[in-house]
Parts: sequence; structure tokens; C-alpha cells
Amino acid sequence: MKGAPMQKSVQKSVNLRSFLTASWLGWQIESNWTDPFLFATYSTIKPVAGAAILVLMYSIVTQGNFDSPVFAYLYLGNAFYQYVPAVLTGVSWTIIDDREHYRTLKYIYTAPVNIPFYLFGRAVAKFIVGTFGVVITIAAGVLFLNVPLDWSRVDWPLFLVALFLGVLMLALSGLILAGITLMTARHSYYIGDVVAGGLFLFTGAIFPLEVLPNWLRPIGYLLPITYWLELIRRSLVGAVAEAFPTFTALSNGDLLLILAASSLVFGIASIFIFRYCDHQARERGLIDQTTNY
Amino acid sequence: MSQNLAVKTENLGRIYKIRNNRKEKQRELLALENVNLEIREGELFGLLGPNGAGKTTLIKILTTLLSPTSGRAWVAGLDVTRQPAEVRKRINMVSGGETSGYGLLTVRENLWMFAQFYGIPSAEANRRIKTLAEIVGIADRLNTKSSDLSTGLRQKMNIIRGFLTDLEVLFLDEPTLGLDVGASRDVRSFIRRWMDENPHRTLLLTTHYMVEAEELCDRVAIINQGRVLACDTPARLKQNLRHEIFFQVWVDASRLLDEYAFLRINGVKHFHQSPEEDSLRLEISLEEEAVLSEIIYELTAQSARILRLEKREPTLEDVFVQLVGQRMEEVENVAVPAD
Ligand SMILES: Nc1ncnc2c1ncn2[C@@H]1O[C@H](COP(=O)(O)OP(=O)(O)O)[C@@H](O)[C@H]1O
Ligand SMILES: [Mg+2]
Repeated sequence: MKGAPMQKSVQKSVNLRSFLTASWLGWQIESNWTDPFLFATYSTIKPVAGAAILVLMYSIVTQGNFDSPVFAYLYLGNAFYQYVPAVLTGVSWTIIDDREHYRTLKYIYTAPVNIPFYLFGRAVAKFIVGTFGVVITIAAGVLFLNVPLDWSRVDWPLFLVALFLGVLMLALSGLILAGITLMTARHSYYIGDVVAGGLFLFTGAIFPLEVLPNWLRPIGYLLPITYWLELIRRSLVGAVAEAFPTFTALSNGDLLLILAASSLVFGIASIFIFRYCDHQARERGLIDQTTNY
Repeated sequence: MSQNLAVKTENLGRIYKIRNNRKEKQRELLALENVNLEIREGELFGLLGPNGAGKTTLIKILTTLLSPTSGRAWVAGLDVTRQPAEVRKRINMVSGGETSGYGLLTVRENLWMFAQFYGIPSAEANRRIKTLAEIVGIADRLNTKSSDLSTGLRQKMNIIRGFLTDLEVLFLDEPTLGLDVGASRDVRSFIRRWMDENPHRTLLLTTHYMVEAEELCDRVAIINQGRVLACDTPARLKQNLRHEIFFQVWVDASRLLDEYAFLRINGVKHFHQSPEEDSLRLEISLEEEAVLSEIIYELTAQSARILRLEKREPTLEDVFVQLVGQRMEEVENVAVPAD
């Protein structure tokens, strides 16, 4: 009985330790560029090039109507969607990286490490690099493309809460992918990118859900990412975003509630799914299974 | 279970389901069967067996990486399947013959990071890293990126990782596999020294080198095809062989000899030949010394000229032969699946 609170604080420090040490490691790996200039260039060009393609397509389709609210809507949606592959991959890729490349997964597993916290920690560096991409994309939009972002009218509290909840939700979704990766010895190399790419069109990132055929829309309504992107846009360019039909009936508070609730559901589900996969992986001996290239 | 057992297994078994491709039917492979072991606190316990015997499988179960398909196991008094998180706080593990580690980190960073996972304060971790690196002989490489190390040095780094933490039971799976003779000797003497300095810690070591088991271990379990065939001190295991006489003979022969001609001789218990650089080495065990004259007679008959003849003490390899009827390398040749 008297050992119980002690146990709890030890447990808490295991989680924190796993997270912090993994963040350190993740950053060492992510920043391991022999040429920092190359790294900076690459991290800038990639997001800007992505946005440029989108802008080009938009300008062809609308014959250069950059004043339409649709432009800000898709530009910001696309910019923030960069977090989706970054976090999903950040959390799930570590399983493959440690198991196949560094061959350390079994040593991490046999150490007193909380694996989900370890995976979240490893993703921090990818989140930071992702943030860099988002900031660059938005800066390019504001400076060169007249994206109507007025810093004085940004709803910062809403933005920060939405961003935090969204990243948490993405990290927990990444945990589901990590579990699947753990269970499949091969074939899941790009699972984070594939899932992020597959969901892109259903989340209202670059066009409102109304554009989708009726029978595909429910996918969008079921994904927390959809509500998250909407909230982010409203917090940044409120009036412009509210001009869109999809969620006009819902207030910011409603959206926040939906995002929080769906993150919670996702969170609980992801923990159970990860535990199940973890258990299965141990049943089948997959934790140190390496593919022979 | 009793308090001072570091490891205990009860009818432990593991079956792997294997399928080479999607079309093929699933087969079952019995990797461990009814393993009952009791390892006491403070023991240096060896698990000796050929490749494919099930040693790694047993280590994986005890280190919570793999679930058993039958039976139970406890480490430091804790059930490995039901309390894996508790077990992990009390163990550490090193596998030999592999290059693991974060190549982009230095040796010191790799080790420091693992110490962090175990909650060892930074200064203490660095002190231990320095001490261990000096003993193992890689102190001058601590600031080298581990990807720049040779395989042998990387393995030494991995071994230090195992000894860094405050553990109760340490698992070493073939720690000297792939190391050269000198490095293996270093590692063995380090292990022995560490055990002498840490009398309450327990070490389970697997090996297929009988010298390693014989030199190092307090007790040895001999394992083959997933089953533990004998378990005792090296001396007592060899006691059963005290009525046998062992000879090693090197002969000059252009081809392999006719084995059956030797095995037919009354009093010959075992005969094994293996070609060496420019001779043929024979391992012979006899019920009594007098039979040797008939061996020599047969060698002459097969026109094999004796280069050297040695009488030797029995080894654990001979114990294995007595139990299994084959030498360890013969079993390995058979056990390797043809795919
Ligand atoms: N993940 C696995 N899937 C299928 N069979 C396996 C697996 N791991 C080991 N085996 C088989 O189980 C047997 C025991 O292997 P192992 O425990 O690695 O033996 P050892 O470590 O003594 O060489 C071998 O026949 C091996 O081929
Ligand atoms: Mg093995």
C-alpha cells in the first residue's frame, strides 16, 4: 500500500525519460546533415515547391483569380497539411528505422522504456522540421501571393489550442500506424506518407467537402483532421474561412469540441490498438525480426 | 517461487509457425520443448548448444521479446509474460554477432543514451562508461562515431551497454560470436571479473563454443533441438565420462577414411574425422586404452600414416557427443534448413 504513490512517480519519470531521451536521439538523427546549408535549402525548397505546384494548378483552373477566398482556403489547408505526413511518419517510421537500420529495437524494448512515449519523442524532430516547412510556406504565401493573413486579427488562443490538439491527435494516429508497422515485418516502409497522401483529398485541405461525391463525403466528416484544418483556418483568417459552406452551421466552440472528442476517441483507440499489435508482435517474434535485403 | 532464484522456467515451450511464401502451407517448428531451468542468484550460468538449438529463443522469452507458446518463466521473481515492464527494469541483454547501435552517434553518446533510458544520472553514466571502456579496451575510441568502428569494436560497445546498468540478471546471447581470438579472450576475462566483483548479480550466457562454457560457467545446461539434455557443473557433467579414454590423432591421408571399419572395432565408442590443412584429424573415444592398438592396426590397413597422437581429457563437447550421439558441428550441418 505505502509503495503505491512512489510507484506512480517512478512510472511518470519512465515516461518522461523515454520521451526526452528519444527527442534528443531524434534530433541527432534528423539534424545529421553533413552540410547544414544543403539541409536548409532542402527544407525550404520542398514545401515551397509543393505549394507552387498547387498555386500553378489553381491559377490555370481559375484563370488567375487569386482574390477569391478559395485561394486562401486551399493555400492554408495545404500548408498545414504538411503536419500530417510529418507527424504520422515521425511516430511510425521509428519502428522500421530501429528494427531494420540501427538494429536497436530489441534493446529499446528490453530497457525500461515506455514505447509510445519513446515514439512520440522520436517524432519531435520531424515535427520541428515540419513546422519549419509550414512557416516557410505561409511566409511565401503572405509575401508573394497575397494570402490575406492579417497578423493582428489572428485568434491566437484558438490557433494554439487547435494546433496542440491536432498534433496530439496526429501523434496518436501515428501510434496506430506504428502498431501496424510492428506487426508487419516488411511492406510498411512509407505507411505514414501513404496514409497522409490517401487522406489528403478527404479532409477538405484544398477544396470543400461539397466537391466530393455524396458517398465519399462521410469519410471527411469522420476524420478529425478535417475539423482540425477548419479550425486552424478560422483562427488565422476567420471571415474568409467562414465563407465556406461545409461547417457554416458549426461555431468555433462546436468544432473545438468535435476535435477534442474525436482526439479522445482516437487516443483511446490508438492505445488499445498499439497494445494489441505489441502483444501480437511478441507472440510472433517480430520485435527483432529483420528483413534480409 | 523461491526468493533467490534469478531465473526459473516451468515446462517452457515455443513453437514457430513458418511459411516460406503465401501459397505454402504453414508448418510448425518446435524451437523449445518442456524447458525446466532454475538459475540461482549470483550464478554464471551457461546454455551450451549448436546453432538452431533454441538458445536465442529462450533468451528472447526471458527478456520479454517473445511470448512462450506453453509453460511459464520468471526472471527476478517476476512473470515475464504478465509483468514485462517490471522485468525490464531488472535486466539487460546483449546479442553477439551483430552490429547494432546508432552509427551517427559516438560510442560515448550511444552508451550515454541507453544509460538515460535506465535513469542513470549523467555524471554517473559517464563515469561508468569510462571505466568499462578502459577495461574492454576502447577508451581511446569513445569519441569516434560508432559507424566508423570495426565490427569487433562495435560489438565491444554493445557489450559495455549491457554492463552499464543496475541490473539483477544479465543475458548474453553468444557474446563472443564473430570476435577474433584476442577479443574473445578479453571479453571472457571481463565477464569473469565482473561476476567476481558483483556476486549478487546473475548472468545467463549462451554459447556454442564449449571452451567458453567450460572456462566461464558455474553451471551449464546442454541444449539440443529445443530440449535441455543435462544441467550441472562442467566437472560433474564430465564425470559421467570418466570411464572413457579420448584420443586425438592426426594422420597423413589423401582421402577420408572408412569410418565403419573403425566403429566396428570392439571398444570404440566414437569416431569422427575432419580434414585440416594438410592432415586429417581424428577424434576417437575408447572404452579402454588397449583398443588403441587395433586402431593403429586399422590405420595402417587404410594406409594412413600417423603424424601425431594425443591423449586428452574429456571436454563438454564429449558430453554432448555422449548425449546426442553426434558432435555439435555435425548436428548444425543437419539442422540448417535447405532454402
Ligand atoms: N522467428 C522465427 N521464425 C521461425 N523459426 C525460427 C525463428 N527464430 C528461430 N527459428 C528457428 O527456431 C530454432 C531455434 O532457433 P534459435 O533459438 O535461434 O537457436 P540458437 O540460438 O540456439 O541458434 C531454429 O531451428 C530456427 O531456425
Ligand atoms: Mg542464437
